[in-house]
Amino acid sequence: MTQSIDYKEVGLICGLEVHQQLLTEKKLFCRCPAGLYTKDHDGTVLRHMRPTLSELGEYDGTALMEFKTKKNIVYLLHQKNVCTYEMDDTPPFLLNANALDVAIEQCLMLGCDIVDEVHIARKQYLDGSIPTGFQRTAIVGVNGKLPFRGRELTIIQVSVEEDSCREVSDKGHLIVWRTDRLGIPLIETVTGPELHEPDEVEEAILLVGRVCRSTGHVRVGMGASRQDVNVSVRGGRRVEIKGVPQAGWAPALVHGEAVRQVNLLKLRDELHSRGFTKPDSIKIEHTDVTDFFSDSALEFLHRENWERFVANDERRRGFELLSGPFCVRAIRLPGLAGTLSWPGQPDLTFAHELTGRVRVIACLDQQPILLHSEKWPDYQGAKGEIQRLKKKTGCGPNDSLVVVWGIEQDTLCAAEEVRLRYVDAVEGIPNETRQPFVDGSTDFERILPGPDRMYPDTDSPPQQITRERTERLRDALPELPWLREERYSGVGVPLDTIYFLIRRGGARLVDLVVDRGGADVRRACFFFGERIKGLRRDGVAVDGIPDDLWCDLFSLVSSDGTLFEDWKRIVSQMAAVGDRSMRDIVEEIGLDKKPVNWREDLPEIVQTRQPDYPNDSVGQRHRFLMGAVMKNLRGRIPAKDVSSALHSAMEDRA
Amino acid sequence: MSGQEDPFKGYRGLAKSRMKKWGVRVWSDVRVVNTAGSVFEGVILPRSGNFDDLHIVLKQKTGYNVGIHVDRVTSIEELSYKKIIYKIPEKEFPRLPDLPNVTLLGTGGTIASRLDYRTGAVIPAFTPGELYGAVPELADICNLTTKKIFGVFSENMGWEEYGTLARAVRDEIEAGADGIVIGHGTDTMGHTGAVLTFMIQDSPVPIVLVGSQRSSDRPSSDAALNLMHAVKTAGYGPIAEVQVCMFGPTSDQYALLHRATRVRKMHSSYRSAFRTIGDIPLCRVDMGSFELLTDDFRPRDPDRKIKIDTVYDDRITMLYYYPGMKPDLLDALVEKGYRGIVIAGTGLGHVNKPIYPALKQAIEKGVHVVMTVQTLWGFAQMYVYDTGRDLMDMGVVPLDNMLPETALMKLGWVLGHTDDHDEVMRMMRHTINHEITEREPHNGYVILQGGLPETQEFIKGHWK
Repeated sequence: MTQSIDYKEVGLICGLEVHQQLLTEKKLFCRCPAGLYTKDHDGTVLRHMRPTLSELGEYDGTALMEFKTKKNIVYLLHQKNVCTYEMDDTPPFLLNANALDVAIEQCLMLGCDIVDEVHIARKQYLDGSIPTGFQRTAIVGVNGKLPFRGRELTIIQVSVEEDSCREVSDKGHLIVWRTDRLGIPLIETVTGPELHEPDEVEEAILLVGRVCRSTGHVRVGMGASRQDVNVSVRGGRRVEIKGVPQAGWAPALVHGEAVRQVNLLKLRDELHSRGFTKPDSIKIEHTDVTDFFSDSALEFLHRENWERFVANDERRRGFELLSGPFCVRAIRLPGLAGTLSWPGQPDLTFAHELTGRVRVIACLDQQPILLHSEKWPDYQGAKGEIQRLKKKTGCGPNDSLVVVWGIEQDTLCAAEEVRLRYVDAVEGIPNETRQPFVDGSTDFERILPGPDRMYPDTDSPPQQITRERTERLRDALPELPWLREERYSGVGVPLDTIYFLIRRGGARLVDLVVDRGGADVRRACFFFGERIKGLRRDGVAVDGIPDDLWCDLFSLVSSDGTLFEDWKRIVSQMAAVGDRSMRDIVEEIGLDKKPVNWREDLPEIVQTRQPDYPNDSVGQRHRFLMGAVMKNLRGRIPAKDVSSALHSAMEDRA
Repeated sequence: MSGQEDPFKGYRGLAKSRMKKWGVRVWSDVRVVNTAGSVFEGVILPRSGNFDDLHIVLKQKTGYNVGIHVDRVTSIEELSYKKIIYKIPEKEFPRLPDLPNVTLLGTGGTIASRLDYRTGAVIPAFTPGELYGAVPELADICNLTTKKIFGVFSENMGWEEYGTLARAVRDEIEAGADGIVIGHGTDTMGHTGAVLTFMIQDSPVPIVLVGSQRSSDRPSSDAALNLMHAVKTAGYGPIAEVQVCMFGPTSDQYALLHRATRVRKMHSSYRSAFRTIGDIPLCRVDMGSFELLTDDFRPRDPDRKIKIDTVYDDRITMLYYYPGMKPDLLDALVEKGYRGIVIAGTGLGHVNKPIYPALKQAIEKGVHVVMTVQTLWGFAQMYVYDTGRDLMDMGVVPLDNMLPETALMKLGWVLGHTDDHDEVMRMMRHTINHEITEREPHNGYVILQGGLPETQEFIKGHWK
């Protein structure tokens, strides 16, 4: 069931935070190599995160939530790509000047005003994704604009920041992170909340990506760019869908979130009409029902099975088993019957909202994570069991029941989270960060942090960005991508080719060979945007060919167009040999010697090369013979000359 | 807080005069437009006096700070004024009759500190209420009393402070504390620990120095866990000596208790910077238990009477010997009136020949010269080579495996008692608490060399 909604009517608003890794040799705050990933590790560190006070003296909501989870955080280290900085055992070194240059350049491309003095801030993350407990980040540019669908898309700010760890696993009270990516410089581009339809979001992601990549100074490939999509509907609240890996995922995710918010607002109205109007009107009761389920057909509710699950799950048994007794807890929700099966995201219900909170905050992660009375599993004796449980817990027709299981302390935490989620439902839509999935659904990741989690980095001095520095970088900027787009499409190059050229750096070469090699724009675009793709796929090192050689190639073919017909061999040779002039290369493959008497050989070829199939048409037979003849002549004699000579020879024979 | 606070805290020169002209001050909530038409809204923050006088710093609503060049401001408007007062939520520290009484003496340093974002420095947060607000677990361990003795970074500790601190420890113990914790900056924690070992003798209860390598304003700080370990050691620990309690590994796992005369900060920033040198630590502590690593220690004994002896002579110094050292350096020290010199010599305790005459002269003038080794591990054994024997003949006294810093602190303390050369040297060589040990166990020197297959294997399998 995909629920359809009118985005305009529900007042859909979206904004983006586009993250793009910068192409630098070293990391942002230490001298480790950037972009060197490893699959194994040679050291591990165990840490915990405590919430701290921000500069303004308040605990941040996210921080408190994450402390509740009491996660054991393990970092996997490899000496090749991390040093003691990433482990938070050495203070930061000064901000990588090269990374700041690239960031400024990106800001200029995005039409931003460059700030005068960069202040490095700490943005708290207590999920462990950064061992310090905060990400070092600094605003570099503000107040930018991009042309978008005939209007302007505002760029609110661009910051340069260190990338975080990669998650290896998150099970119960143990989360494992790999540190190789940590510290790679990236920029975060924040757009205004000006996108009103799901497909606009995809298009805006692609636009920002194109602008960023057009300098050739950012990383490309898996994980090099990720975006957070902020979504709200009228009356709702900002929800952040975090780490969307591909622009193509965005429309379904945005749609799903819009539907979710619309449904949650309806649930709020329903709750209000039932008299749940204030946070404290939500009351729950919960009891230990471990014994009740001890011989249930639901075997995962048995202590032995749970212990086996914990031990089998590669997790450190001690983190779970030593922290308290096993418990099954039944949570009664008075007056809330029907709310668990209330629609949420497309194809999901409100119970899914509870599941996410319980999994993340209470660390209860054995599937199905929770059971509830509005969709009790089907098994022999199920009906009787749920009836008896309802009776035992005093659950009447207006009430609902949720069951959770695991370490006793965690089940208590889960009960509290269920209550808090209903408290949020009374308010409407909680500010959340949600994790995206390929099917367009999302799941709870954490409470959305507020500005309280930001405070200055006392380890790093502010850095002035002089106007001279900005102007020097501005002078070296490549052409803005939309201007280039206009120029190329004006001579008939298709958009896909143009976008490819801009994203992958081919546009620079196009302009170079046009400018210095006298190449035709359209021909150069097709050449770099389409033709050499195949060679690259076949493993020819086309990207290693020096600029000068490309220019020489195009100057040569502008005076001798025939040569270009054998471009594959020429380019392969250009890529294969080192320091060689274009003349040498042409000689090496024998294109400098133009055969003189080639026409005289044609009658014999026509005579001797018998057709494979006697019924071939003239056209087919001509193509077949062309192939044979051009093997020796390609690049030396124009194909059209050969073709007409061959036609004559064929007619003569006939 | 006084009402006379500087409204331009940290701003000077051009920035300050512009702020005056614009009628804005620190804590003004402003709306700034610059020459590019960019709008910044936020609160003007104090600025570090070390930074330039060209920018004003704004804390924006997003939480990000940004510096705006005063020449690029086209308009600035004060929307309101809101002074931000940083405060740790104070909660009354609960007291339970069954729990031990522990006094935490504050000297400053990173432990239990908060941010001062004018200077970017951390300043101590110290009342029991503040500590309880930040580390509520402490209340499960003991009844905590806190006293702020000083608020200095550890490099600013000196002889006056050592005496004051020793007396404060005595007062607290005599008043019935079951253990003392001293919050201290980590840089010179070893020095303070050593000198307290000499100044405070026969303590009936543990005296525990603790610090932190990451300030408590960071989620990954070691401060809370270090405090918990230290308070637990003071309240329940079996060892009635001056000891340093800091992280064993860099992982949040356990602390080691180091004997204060044998401990040294061995890394500028690692959490596990403190190591016992030439011996093994006393004990491993986690929130569950004490695991004694040795039985060679002074046990807790409530009937023991504490003795305090805080005299000192600070006309002492340390010479870290290097090849090519010139004799005039020694002459200058003698001329300036230094009474004691600890040499950190090479190898088994050596210095070069050209400074012999100067050394000889210094000793003849009554300067007390002792020898330690800059290798830190191992003994000064000056009888092995002729050079060492020559030095001993001149009157340079080897201190075996006493750490250079411990030797320095001890020399200052001893010279407070006597200037008689023989008595000075007798006292220096008479051990009070393991500053010289007779034996160096083979596991007292373990510096695993990374990169070796067996080390890599070990590191991979253990929390670092």
